Amino acid sequence: MMEAVAAAAPVQTGVQAHNTPYLQISGIFKKFGDNVAVDHVDLDIRQHEIFALLGSSGCGKSTLLRMLAGMERPTSGRIVLDGQDITHLAPYDRPINMMFQSYALFPHMSVEQNIAFGLKQDKLPKGEIESRVAEMLDLVQMRKYAHRKPYQLSGGQQQRVALARSLAKRPKLLLLDEPLGALDKKLRQQTQLELVNTLEKVGVTCIMVTHDQEEAMTMATRIGIMSEGQLLQVGTPGEIYDYPNCRFTAEFIGETNLLTGMVSVDEPDHVEIDVPELEGRIWIDHGITGPKGMQVWTSIRPEDVRLDRKPPATPGVNSARGTVVEIAYLGSYSVYHVRLPSGKVIKSMVPSSRWYEAGEEAPTWDETVYVSWRPDLPVVMTR
Amino acid sequence: MYNGNKLSPVLKGVLVAGFLFLYLPIVSLIVYSFNASKLVTVWGGFSTRWYVSLFHNEQILSAVGLSIRIALASATAAVVLGTVAGFVLARFKRFRGSTLFAGMMTAPMVMPEVITGLSMLLLFISMQQLFGQPSERGFFTIWVGHTTLCMAYVAVVVRSRLIEIDKTLEDAAMDLGARPLKIFFVITLPLISQAIASGFLLSITLSLDDLVTTAFLSGPGSTTLPQVIFSKVRLGLNPEINALATITVLIVGIMVVAANYLMLNAQRNREKAIAAAMRENENAQAGPPSSAVSSASA
Repeated sequence: MMEAVAAAAPVQTGVQAHNTPYLQISGIFKKFGDNVAVDHVDLDIRQHEIFALLGSSGCGKSTLLRMLAGMERPTSGRIVLDGQDITHLAPYDRPINMMFQSYALFPHMSVEQNIAFGLKQDKLPKGEIESRVAEMLDLVQMRKYAHRKPYQLSGGQQQRVALARSLAKRPKLLLLDEPLGALDKKLRQQTQLELVNTLEKVGVTCIMVTHDQEEAMTMATRIGIMSEGQLLQVGTPGEIYDYPNCRFTAEFIGETNLLTGMVSVDEPDHVEIDVPELEGRIWIDHGITGPKGMQVWTSIRPEDVRLDRKPPATPGVNSARGTVVEIAYLGSYSVYHVRLPSGKVIKSMVPSSRWYEAGEEAPTWDETVYVSWRPDLPVVMTR
Repeated sequence: MYNGNKLSPVLKGVLVAGFLFLYLPIVSLIVYSFNASKLVTVWGGFSTRWYVSLFHNEQILSAVGLSIRIALASATAAVVLGTVAGFVLARFKRFRGSTLFAGMMTAPMVMPEVITGLSMLLLFISMQQLFGQPSERGFFTIWVGHTTLCMAYVAVVVRSRLIEIDKTLEDAAMDLGARPLKIFFVITLPLISQAIASGFLLSITLSLDDLVTTAFLSGPGSTTLPQVIFSKVRLGLNPEINALATITVLIVGIMVVAANYLMLNAQRNREKAIAAAMRENENAQAGPPSSAVSSASA
C-alpha cells in the first residue's frame, strides 16, 4: 500500500473505535443479466453521519441506494442496520425512507396529506399524526402551504415537502437520491446549507447519492467514491482531496496534474521517481511501500505548482521548464497551462498577488517559465 | 389557424361539402321526426305525434331498457377487467408469454366482429350441450360478448395512462410503508381515474350501438335497441325511429357538452391556482435572499 492511505488510516480507526458501525454493508454484489452494477461493496456508516456516494452516472451508486431502500435485491451480500439484518426485508417493512430525485410527491394529495401518508401506513393515532405533520411542516417552514397541491409549489418548496415526508416516520436511515439535482444552480447552493442544517437538527443518519462533487464536499461528513460498481475510496472531503488513493479519485475530485513514472530510489526516508514526461525526477521526502522499479502515478494539484521565471536551485528534480500556452484569469488567481518539451501540459494555479508582491509583470503567452513543487506535496498512487 | 393565410374559396367549399356530407343526414332525420305525415319523404306539417307513439311502443321501450342495462353491466365489467389487464401490461416486468398476452388483449379490437360473435355463439352452444349452462341466450351471453370487446379498449386506455405516470410515485408509496395492493388503490387508481372514466364511457357507447356481436348472442325475448331499429328499418322507414334517433342525438349532445364543460372548468381552476402560486413565489424571492438560510439555522 501507499503512504496516502497509511496517513489517513489512523484517523478512521480512531473514530470508529468509539462508534460501532450503525449500518454495515458487506460484500454487496448486484448483477443485471451479465452486467455487474455493484461489485462487492463493503461500507460502514456511523450513526448521525451524512455520507455521500459520489460518482458519474452509471457507476452503480443509485443501484446501491435502491438496494438499501429494498427496491432492488442484491445478488449476494448482507445489509445490517442497527443490529437488524434487512437484506431481504420488503421496502415497506424497512425503517428506511428515501427522498427521490424527482421528489415523487403524490399529485392528488395536499402537502399535509403527502407528509401524513407514511404515518397513516403505520396506523398511528390521529392526534399523533397531526402533531407530527405540524412538526414536520415547521421544520421545513411549509406550514403556510399545508393545503396546497404539489403542482402549486415551486421546485424548492417541493424539495422541502419531499424532505419533510421522508423524515416524518423518523427513519433510522434517510436516503437522498440526487437531493438537489432538480434545482437550478443558484438555488442549489443556498439549499445545500439549508438541507444540511435541517438534517443536522434532526440528527438522522443519511446516505446521499450525487454526481456533483461540490455538493458532496459541502454536505457530507464522509464521501465514498464509486466507479464501475466499485467503491474506490472512503474518507472525509479533506482526506479524499489531499490523499487520493487512485488515479480515478485524483482526477474526479478537483483538478490535478497526473504524471506517470517509475520508482528509481526507494529509501525509508525518501523516494525518487523517474518521470519521462518531466525529463527529470520527482523527489519525495518520505518513504512509500512500493518496490524499486514499480510503475506509479504522481498527482500534484495545480495550487501546489509554483511558477517562476528564474530556473530552480535543483534543475531536473521536482521541477521542469516549459512555455506558457494558456492563461485563464479567474480574478483572485490565474491558471497557467505550461507545455513541457515532452508535450505534457502542467497546470499551475497562481494567486494574482504573487507577481505584484514580487514586483514583476505576470508571465504572458509563449514565455519560458519554470514549474516546481515542494517535496512533501506530490501524492504517489499505485493504481 | 394560419396567420394571415385565409382559406381559399375552393378549400372552404370542400370543407363545407365535407361537413354537409357528415351532418345533413342527421339534420334531415331530426327535421323529419317532427313530420306529421307517415311518409318519411313527404313533409306534411309539424307534429310531435311520433314522440307520443314512441313512448307507447312497448317493444322499443323494453329494448331501450335492455340496451342500457347491458351497456352499464358490460362497461362495469370491462372497466374492472380492462384496468387489471392494462396494469399488468404497463407495470409488470416482461414475463413468460407477455407478448402473447398483449396480443390477445387487443385481439378483440381488430378481430372482425362476425368472427368473435360466431365463435362465442359456438362456445355457448357447446357449453349448453355439455353443462346445460347457459340455458338460453339473452342478457348474460350478450353481456359476456360486449365485455370482451369493451375490455380491450379499456385496457389500451388505462395502459397508456399508466405509462405516463411516474413509476417512482409507486416506489415512494412503498418506501413510506404501503403494501402493493394498498398502493394500487390509494395512489395508482386516483391517478388513472380519468382514464378509467373515459374507458367506461367508451364502453357504454360501444355496447349501446353494437349490432353484429349482439345478433349472434341474443335469443328470443332479448332484443337490444340497435336490433329493433335495424329490423324496423328493414320493414320500411318509420317516423318513430326518427324520433328515437333524435332523442338519442339530444342525450349524447348534452352529455358531450357537459363533459367538455366540466373538463374545461377543472383545467381553468388548475391554471388559476398555478398562476397564483407563481405570483407568490416571485414575491417571496424578491424578499431578502438569505432569509431561508438564516431562519433554517435559527
